Amino acid sequence: MTGSTVPVLALLGVSKSYGAARALVDVDLQVHAHEVVAVIGDNGAGKSTLVGALTGALVPDEGEVLVDGSPVTLSDPSVARGLGIAAVFQDLALCANLDVVENLYLGHEAQRGPLLDEVTMEKHAWELLNQLAARVPSVRVPVAALSGGQRQAVAIARSLLGEPRVIVLDEPTAALGLRQTAEFLTLVERLRERGHGVLLTSHSLADVQAVADRIVVLRLGRTNGEFDAARTSYEELLAAVTGIQR
Amino acid sequence: MNDLGLAASTWQRLRTGDLGVLPVAVVLVLIGLVFQALNPHFLSADNLVNLTQQAAATGVIALGVVLTLHVGQIDLSVGAVSGLAAAVVAVGSVQLGWPLWLAVLAALAVGVLVGSIYAALHTRLAVPSFVFTLAGLLVITGLQMRVLGPTGSVNLPFEWWLVRFCQTAFLAPATSWAIVALVVAGYAAGRVTDRVRRVRAELPVAPLWQVVARVVALAAGLSVVVAYLGTNRGVGAVFALFVGLVALTDLMLRRTRWGRFVRAVGGDAEAARKAGVPVRRVFVSAFVACSTLAALGGVLAVGRLAAANQGSGAGDTNLTAIAAAVIGGTSLFGGRGSAWSALVGILVVQSISTGLTLLNLDQSARLVVTGLVLAVAVTIDALQRRAREA
Repeated sequence: MTGSTVPVLALLGVSKSYGAARALVDVDLQVHAHEVVAVIGDNGAGKSTLVGALTGALVPDEGEVLVDGSPVTLSDPSVARGLGIAAVFQDLALCANLDVVENLYLGHEAQRGPLLDEVTMEKHAWELLNQLAARVPSVRVPVAALSGGQRQAVAIARSLLGEPRVIVLDEPTAALGLRQTAEFLTLVERLRERGHGVLLTSHSLADVQAVADRIVVLRLGRTNGEFDAARTSYEELLAAVTGIQR
Repeated sequence: MNDLGLAASTWQRLRTGDLGVLPVAVVLVLIGLVFQALNPHFLSADNLVNLTQQAAATGVIALGVVLTLHVGQIDLSVGAVSGLAAAVVAVGSVQLGWPLWLAVLAALAVGVLVGSIYAALHTRLAVPSFVFTLAGLLVITGLQMRVLGPTGSVNLPFEWWLVRFCQTAFLAPATSWAIVALVVAGYAAGRVTDRVRRVRAELPVAPLWQVVARVVALAAGLSVVVAYLGTNRGVGAVFALFVGLVALTDLMLRRTRWGRFVRAVGGDAEAARKAGVPVRRVFVSAFVACSTLAALGGVLAVGRLAAANQGSGAGDTNLTAIAAAVIGGTSLFGGRGSAWSALVGILVVQSISTGLTLLNLDQSARLVVTGLVLAVAVTIDALQRRAREA
């Protein structure tokens, strides 16, 4: 899948420094449609900076961000969204007192005359959640009553409303239990089936191996290897992440 | 669902506050029955008409408080704003000879201005609202004294329309019943349309008997109120205006984008901003609406008393309005509540006040009891919040 096609989203020789601290050094990365790419690395390896560069939260000092092979400047998250790059951050940014439908459509409500069109929104909400195989008891319960995994499904469903081509998930499994993580991994597979490119960051090697097509290892801001998930052992990944030679 | 399951789910909804104003409405009925047992005049039509007329002005102020509480803020100066508005109406129309409508507009403009200043302080400088509205309370009370001048009290002629509207204007029986019919028909039509659209969209619907039961309950409730008050003077114009404002605000909070933004900002302003909600404008709208409703409450109060003085909006007006909003079930923590809590809350507070007066107890007892009820309401609010987060 990673062969000759033009990647939807790519980084080319991207570097970013914060004062003397070099967060990213000459990083290359590609995300294709129908592909799940995992970026793993220890704390401080540069994962968050990488996500920032991909989603318009920050502009790299050097190098290029390419969308469909053409260089772009992601000066702002809204520019990234306009180019079909959606981001789901660790805090999910949901309003706990609003229900699922209200959260999904917050800021993009469907209206019938001056009033909200709840029927259309609720119907579409169910369709979206069913496509993701997300198990939510009701779309009319406040998000506060949902589990961490269900909230994540809601946040991801919301990112799909703009029909993005690439979805960037920042540390999606960090706050999830075992069962919720399993459900989340199913959800990521659904995203791939829908044709989205998915990039997720993690420091859990096991989660990443279960779902990713390719695994990119970051270490101290540099790419420390790119692996085919199906043919790489846990030990090899661990060695790349920690930098310990065997 | 069996009886036990129904009881458990009702208890759960009660614990987390998902039943809305219903529990407080039950408390209101209980209060009515207790006072009736102590003094048979309490539930008389005459007393209830007085009670509703007295509740309207402060109720309008409480409605504004409900809006600021919804965005997670508070306005402690609503009483002072109502007092300044009352002073502007009285001094403008009586002493300066402005047309009455102009004086009323000027008073409302004062409300808009005060709310705009609060909103600017909050959104630009991020000062906590309880601090700058407390400062505003002092400043505005000072301005009220300055506007009233050395005499300190201005009377309005009884024949002026504002006074007649607030004191002696009652809906004609035909008008009352026409409004009841329109409201019930409108509600039924809305419910049925909604149900038909949901069935077409293959969404779950409530059983038909529930829709019918709700419509019948609304019709019966409104009919009882209108018929019973009708045995005396009827539904007061000023009370009808208050209830109309509550209903309109409720519709806007629940069924418009603005209302959704208000609740989102009250729940989590940062998440709302990330979702694309114009958070700053939402804060501005809430503060301006609150101060303007407070000013309107002051205008209605000046009509009801046919006078404005240094005591207008002072004393317990402020605390009564804020207490009514909270007692009615609007959360102090933001993002939860209902416009109806202004109506139910002010009726609770006014019932306690009237009931204790009928028992020949003075203001000291009234303040103590109202304070205790507020304490209970705040405790319940905090417990419900904890239950939701558990």
